[in-house]
Amino acid sequence: MLVGKIVGTVVATCKDEKLDGKKLLVVRIVDPETGSPAGYHVSVDTVRAGVGETVLVVGGSSARMAAGLEDHPVDSAIVGIVDTVDIAQKSTKGTR
Amino acid sequence: MRLATVVGTVVSTLKDPSLDDHKLLLIRPIDRQGKFKGPASVAVDSVGAGIGERVFYVANKEGSYPWYPDLVSSDCSIIGIIDPQNFNKAVE
Repeated sequence: MLVGKIVGTVVATCKDEKLDGKKLLVVRIVDPETGSPAGYHVSVDTVRAGVGETVLVVGGSSARMAAGLEDHPVDSAIVGIVDTVDIAQKSTKGTR
Repeated sequence: MRLATVVGTVVSTLKDPSLDDHKLLLIRPIDRQGKFKGPASVAVDSVGAGIGERVFYVANKEGSYPWYPDLVSSDCSIIGIIDPQNFNKAVE
């Protein structure tokens, strides 16, 4: 799983019908140790996260195992809101 | 399966119900000499690993299999702790 920060939303009117009612968010993936960015994902939100929050992103077919996404065409899902990341002695706080 | 070192912990209160009661750890992949390579990622712990330990993990869909038939939304799971003396022997 990856750690990222939500930087925006995606609106798509014409999409697969199984994605109807799902919130799509743009997540900027960051390395929690160095803070360096590692690309952007469009992820389906399952935890009611919002812009600016630090979140956990699960990729691949494991994304379909998140609540409410069974048999959905999804390969990236937000499955948690990060409170803190503790790295050895230094601590990085989430934004919630 | 790949090698990694546990470098930290991740706390998340609001998360998917399938991840409740699972420990989230920050791992960094290592090569066979134990040097870090590649970026850190968050892994679900299935064996009780701790910070500083060398572990091996599975990625992608197989990351949910330690808890099969329960469906855990994990694409990266720690499935073993490497005994330190064995790791050093393998390097030599």
